[in-house]
Amino acid sequence: MIGIEHYVVVSSILFVLGVLGIFLNRKNVIVILMAIELILLSVNLNLVAFSAFLGDLVGQVFAMFVLTVAAGEAAIGLAILVIYFRGRGTIAVDDIHRMRG
Amino acid sequence: MIHIIAFYLFAVLLIASAVLVIMSRNPVHSVLWLILAFFNAAGLMVLVGAEFIAMLLVIVYVGAVAVLFLFVVMMLDIDFAELRAGFVKNFPLGILLAVVLLAELVLGFGAYRAGTLKLGEADGTAATIAGRSNIESIGALLYGEYLFLFEAAGLVLLVAMIGAIVLTHRERTDTRGQNVSKQNKRRAEDATVNVKPEVGKGVTL
Repeated sequence: MIGIEHYVVVSSILFVLGVLGIFLNRKNVIVILMAIELILLSVNLNLVAFSAFLGDLVGQVFAMFVLTVAAGEAAIGLAILVIYFRGRGTIAVDDIHRMRG
Repeated sequence: MIHIIAFYLFAVLLIASAVLVIMSRNPVHSVLWLILAFFNAAGLMVLVGAEFIAMLLVIVYVGAVAVLFLFVVMMLDIDFAELRAGFVKNFPLGILLAVVLLAELVLGFGAYRAGTLKLGEADGTAATIAGRSNIESIGALLYGEYLFLFEAAGLVLLVAMIGAIVLTHRERTDTRGQNVSKQNKRRAEDATVNVKPEVGKGVTL
C-alpha cells in the first residue's frame, strides 16, 4: 500500500534534482528558474501528501499559498531576465555582478 | 492494485521528466519536460485525494507559468550552446552535493522511521468535512479561518503584477503614439485664430 513514505521519497528526490539543476546550469538563468520551480513543486507535493495522510487540510491551503508565491516569483524573475537581456544581449549570469543599481 | 501502479507510473515519470528538465540541451525542451513534470505531480496529488490543488497546479503552472517560460525562451534570441560551457566542469561537484543532500534527507527520514522524531498530531479542526468534497472543505477553510491570508496572497499577486509591468515597461521614442489627454485638452480657440486682413496689406503668419 502506498503510504506517506513513498511520497516523501519522491519529493525529496525531486528536491535534490532541483538543487542539482541549479548547480549544473550555473550560467543559464532560465534553467535555474525552472529548477527553482521544481524545488517548489517538491515542497508542494510534500505539503499535500502530509495533509492527506494526517487528515488536516491546512497543508493544502498552505500549498496554495506556495503556488501563489511561486507564480509571482516566476513572473518577476522573467521580467528581470527580459530587461537584463535588453540591456546586455545575453543572459549569462557570470557577469551579473556588473548590474549595479 | 491500480492505485499502486498509478503511483509508480506517476512517480517514475515525474522523476524522469525532472532529470530531463535539468539535463536537456535546449531550454524549450526543458520547459516541455517541466510541463510533463507538473502533470505527473498533479496526478500524484489526485491519488491522495487532493483534487483542488492538483487542478490548481495544472491551471496555474501549466497554463500560466510554463507558458510564460516558453514565451520568454522563444522571445529572447540566446546562444544556448555558450551557456552550457560550465556544464561538464560543474558536474562532479553538483553530483557530490546532490548525493550529500540526498544522504542527509535519507538520514532524517531514517530517524523518523526509527521513532525518535515525533510529528505533530492533527487536532481535527481542519479535517475534511464528512460527506463533503475536497474542494468544499478547502473553500470553507480558506474563506473562513484563513480569509486574511487569502487576501494577502491576492496582494502578493498584485505586487508581482505591478512589479513585472514596471520592470518591463519602456517609453518608446521611435514610434509616435496617440496622446489622448493632449488631444482632449485641445480647444478650437487655441488652435485657430481669426484675422481680418486689410486689402493690399498682406497677412503675417
